[in-house]
Amino acid sequence: MDFQLMIDSIPQLLEGAWMTVKLVALALALGICLAIPLALARVSKNPFLWMPVYGFIFVFRGTPLLVQIFIVYYGLGQSEAVRESIFWPFFKEAYWCAIFTFTLNTSAYTAEILRGAIQAVPHGEVEAARALGMPRLLMLRRVVVPRAFRLALPAYGNEIILMLKGSALASTITLLDLTGVARVIVARTFAPYELFIMAAIMYLALTLLIVRALKYAEWRLSPHLRPPRHSK
Amino acid sequence: MTEDENPPPPNGGSALAVEDLHKSFGKLEVLKGVSASAEEGDVVSIIGASGSGKSTMLRCINLLETPDSGRIWVGGELIRMKQAGRRGLVPESQRQVDRIRSTVGMVFQSFNLWTHMTVMQNLVEAPIHVLKLPKVEAHERAESLLQRVGLIDKRDHYPAHLSGGQQQRAAIARALAMEPQLMLFDEPTSALDPELVGEVLKVIRDIAEEGRTMMIVTHEMAFAREVSSKVIFLHDGLVEEEGPPEQLFNAPSSERCRQFLAAGEY
Ligand SMILES: Nc1ncnc2c1ncn2[C@@H]1O[C@H](COP(=O)(O)OP(=O)(O)OP(=O)(O)O)[C@@H](O)[C@H]1O
Ligand SMILES: [Mg+2]
Repeated sequence: MDFQLMIDSIPQLLEGAWMTVKLVALALALGICLAIPLALARVSKNPFLWMPVYGFIFVFRGTPLLVQIFIVYYGLGQSEAVRESIFWPFFKEAYWCAIFTFTLNTSAYTAEILRGAIQAVPHGEVEAARALGMPRLLMLRRVVVPRAFRLALPAYGNEIILMLKGSALASTITLLDLTGVARVIVARTFAPYELFIMAAIMYLALTLLIVRALKYAEWRLSPHLRPPRHSK
Repeated sequence: MTEDENPPPPNGGSALAVEDLHKSFGKLEVLKGVSASAEEGDVVSIIGASGSGKSTMLRCINLLETPDSGRIWVGGELIRMKQAGRRGLVPESQRQVDRIRSTVGMVFQSFNLWTHMTVMQNLVEAPIHVLKLPKVEAHERAESLLQRVGLIDKRDHYPAHLSGGQQQRAAIARALAMEPQLMLFDEPTSALDPELVGEVLKVIRDIAEEGRTMMIVTHEMAFAREVSSKVIFLHDGLVEEEGPPEQLFNAPSSERCRQFLAAGEY
């Protein structure tokens, strides 16, 4: 094992890791913004709302992320309409293709997680809101969604970690994320073992950070599950 | 169904009137034409065997269940409903339903406090967001209510940290914070340990004494007898007997009511 190579590769790998963090963070942030309305549409009784969302979720959960990336990156560029549209500067870039795909992918999974959580909000609490005269949107905003977020957090934490690992596929469309950088160095040095071990360690470190952050978030969001403070 | 915008309730019932309510769940016909009324300041108790339709009737009043047919007036205002094919009645205006609900407080058997909010947050939520009360005023109102139900020292606690009796008192305060013209109670003490029943009944008695119109589904016969101005005995989806408590408890005219009271299995 070439320890010197491993140490020398750290600065470059860190740059790759930074790219990974940017990709995942942006996709997750956009994804959850999209997932909230999707989940609300998904639990609606109106078929014009829930059926398209059902289809969207079905497609994104039912196909490999790699295939989705290829379709966006290679496929969209083939279409005359896309190349002449105002979106072309955007879809021309591998970076935005990856963000776009990851966002849609994670929003589909997150919408499904939120749907489960929304349906798990105790019926009586929803009924109490209705009985007080809350209009539907207000009730969703003030009671159902905040309550569902807390219920969804453990499953959503899992989705974050899956997204982090899935983001390695960005390297297949030329992006220099953590995996991409490792592959480039391997091609130059023929030392796959050393480089991928280093990449794995960095992924583990990122996962550890996420797990810690989630633990903290869960703690912050559930004062109602902790024993009361006795100061007052 | 008349096209008249707001016909007055037929047989009095200035605070509440329901007329010929029918409601089925699938094949099970739960309400078979229930009529009842309450004048302002009335305390009406509803008693009857399990499954006789007491909760269903109460839940129809604020449209937590939509009746299949029948009419409902709250404070003299008819809740407008229209026939929607095979689904039975649907409200004509959700705005009207929401507005009426905001004037009708409901207390549930299982409290149904919002568990992610403190007691105080539970109390100010609807006044601020539904009634658009200024925050300061909502908090003042909530504090004086918490004082009344004896929970002021629990204002920053979460429901999970309260006893059942405390939770129910908080839930009553939450309903009162809307200053409702009518209060509905669905077996408010049935989920409580026996030693906690008293503290909740005391709060309800207190509200009754200040002259608020109330309708209470209860199995606490002694309590019903003491606080009610009128008692309704429901049997099998119909009003079998109604009258002042002395009459209904001491000399019921219906054989079924007599049996129900004698059996003591409520
Ligand atoms: N949402 C529902 N779907 C199907 N059946 C229902 C529903 N709600 C009530 N029922 C049935 O309707 C009947 C009357 O119910 P209801 O809750 O009104 O009775 P109740 O008089 O309040 O009884 P209890 O004293 O046990 O609370 C029962 O047989 C019940 O199972
Ligand atoms: Mg009941």
